[in-house]
Amino acid sequence: MNEMYNVSVSPHLRSETGTNSIMRDVAIALLPPCLFGIYNFGYKALLLIVVSVLAAIVTEFVYEKLVKRPVTVGDFSAVVTGMILAVNLPATLPLWMAALGSVFAILVVKQLFGGLGQNFMNPALAGRCFLLISFGSQMTAFPAVDGISAATPLTAMKAGESVDLLQMFIGNYSGCIGETSVLAILLGAGYLLLKKVISIRIPGIYILSTMVFIVVLNLVTGNGMPTGGYLLAHLFGGGLLIGAFFMATDYVTSPITPMGQVIYALLIGFLTALFRVVGKSAEGVSYAIIISNMAVPLIEKATVPTPFGRKKGKGGAKA
Amino acid sequence: MSLKTFLRGVHPFDGKALAKDSPIRQVQMTGEMVFPLSQHIGAPATPTVKPGDHVLMGQQIAAPGGFVSAGICSSVSGTVRAIEPRTTIIGETRDSIVIENDGKYEAVPGLGEKRDPSSLTPAQIRDIIRDAGIVGLGGAGFPTHVKLTTKDDSKVKYVIVNGAECEPYLNSDYRLMLERPEELLGGLKVILSLFPNAEGVIGIEDNKPEAIRLLTEKTASEPRIHVEALKTKYPQGGERMLIHAITGQDINSSMLPFDAGCIVNNVATVIAVYMAVCCSTPLMTTVMTITGDAVKSPCNLEVPIGCSHKDVLEAAGGFSVQPEKLISGGPMMGTAMYTLDIPVQKTSSSILAFAEDPVADNPSSPCIHCGRCVQACPERLVPQMMQVAADNDNFEWFEKLGGMECIECGCCTIVCPAHRTLTQSFKYGKTSVNRLRREAQAKAAVEKSAK
Repeated sequence: MNEMYNVSVSPHLRSETGTNSIMRDVAIALLPPCLFGIYNFGYKALLLIVVSVLAAIVTEFVYEKLVKRPVTVGDFSAVVTGMILAVNLPATLPLWMAALGSVFAILVVKQLFGGLGQNFMNPALAGRCFLLISFGSQMTAFPAVDGISAATPLTAMKAGESVDLLQMFIGNYSGCIGETSVLAILLGAGYLLLKKVISIRIPGIYILSTMVFIVVLNLVTGNGMPTGGYLLAHLFGGGLLIGAFFMATDYVTSPITPMGQVIYALLIGFLTALFRVVGKSAEGVSYAIIISNMAVPLIEKATVPTPFGRKKGKGGAKA
Repeated sequence: MSLKTFLRGVHPFDGKALAKDSPIRQVQMTGEMVFPLSQHIGAPATPTVKPGDHVLMGQQIAAPGGFVSAGICSSVSGTVRAIEPRTTIIGETRDSIVIENDGKYEAVPGLGEKRDPSSLTPAQIRDIIRDAGIVGLGGAGFPTHVKLTTKDDSKVKYVIVNGAECEPYLNSDYRLMLERPEELLGGLKVILSLFPNAEGVIGIEDNKPEAIRLLTEKTASEPRIHVEALKTKYPQGGERMLIHAITGQDINSSMLPFDAGCIVNNVATVIAVYMAVCCSTPLMTTVMTITGDAVKSPCNLEVPIGCSHKDVLEAAGGFSVQPEKLISGGPMMGTAMYTLDIPVQKTSSSILAFAEDPVADNPSSPCIHCGRCVQACPERLVPQMMQVAADNDNFEWFEKLGGMECIECGCCTIVCPAHRTLTQSFKYGKTSVNRLRREAQAKAAVEKSAK
């Protein structure tokens, strides 16, 4: 026998899109919010982003070296985790805290549960919530922007003050590094939608349902019908938009079944509205998402679609 | 007008331009011809010749080994050398009849004689098709006379000709539609004569406008036949997807096309029916597309069944560069061959030679749960969850997820950014479930007889 050709099971084609190109697209889409954050909050924001990303990469590298697993920092997923954590931090946070958040995200939430694809909740958001619980005051100490009040719009609204919607759209107000500018977030989201990295299903339903539940909860709690301005402030303010497009859409921690995605998005929408309207703090996107993350395996099991040619309810098991 | 199609599916690079405009060239072969007894679904054929026998072109050398089986006719004249195991396309050895081709192509008496199908009874037509060794030439190789034998012929509403040819790179059906439309329509009319209430529909993807135009013209005055243009999307030529697009009915793995009032045959099969019934010519040749970036001059050849892939490639002009991978069939569902030293079978429709093998170049990485497989699956399954089930031998859950509905089309695998071998896991899962079902049946039978 002279020549032997490669043999494999069909199909004999493979996607040109790889995990790393997807993650790279997410990192590119996160650039507008990051850049606006740096413009808004200055060099401190830049430093925080760099430290978070570096800490995420180094943690992944060192852990994988230690346990002798293949090193996966080249797939850009650690970069994305670092960036998402950073855009959810206030610019004044001490750098070591940001680094600690990244270490927690990568080491505890991602690697200890089996690495890429195995984490049960969004690592960056888990890292943020970890910091929020550990360093509550530093995590909510938002710096003043251009002399405007240091209170975030949602905090101000909760206290009964009025907010400037146009400034909120552009992003000239206080908050986490990447969450303030609606414009910058929509730019990044548009890129992800265009590249088909995400579909509109989860963010669309999440945002819409949040609005609906905010109205419902306001009526139920006796606050009366909210005004359009109030709803827009909730839409633009806090982490709703960046959470909807960049975090609720996280592949690993969102369902893959079409019906599951709907239920998951509704659940986050409900929890976000609940935390914002009834809860003590003004914000609730991070917690809403990570709590819903944990329901994903259950949601998926319950929403396995009926296969082609099968009747609803009969499943595929019948011979 | 929106084109008929199905939900989901994929759009792989189609590569058809390489050999699309190359007319079918007939090639005769010399030397050894090998006819595996198992080239179809069902029982292997039973040899009717023995070593030393002289055979003629068109002579039956093996008879059907049961009802679901097909005979084999020699494509050449010559001497039977041996009946022995030979390596086949799937990489395993199968008992095969080896004939030394004398190059004279001496035909059996009556070969090629014209016959009027209206003078034949349905039973005679089915017998002719069986004796001609015709099987589904789209790739599956299901014996055609079995397919054309239904519980109630009056319930067949559609006789569908599968001209979708949705597999990338392949052109053989396209060339046949362009070059032999009369034979195609003749074969379809023969099949329609078996089913009094059926209409004939030729389904063609809209990336073959010349074929759609030509056949629409030719069928303009045919009351029972029309052409249906289909959206170009893989796997449009999958039996269930094709039936859905044309009739709107959905069938599953435990149903037959007949349950939706359909009989589906591909273009080459229908032409083979015409040749057998109207021209007294059994299945002896196959049209193959020899293409790929490692082939010097991509082309379409009609070659005698039983010749070696090596000879076919030489007739096509050989390689331009040394390929890494050879595929019999399309890149989506075809079989990789480790050598060219394998006989051409009835269902052979191509040799694809690729300089690079994307499978070897893209090892699997961890699943990132992106859901692209769910968006691609034409069977509306959840490949990601099915792979976890199959790989962990959790066959009960695999079945509950609808795993047995998988048609192994490969859509999920080619869209996976982690390059996971999903289809491979599902083949394993389906085989395992079928094995467990057989074991359970055997056990039940033993217990029953014990009582």
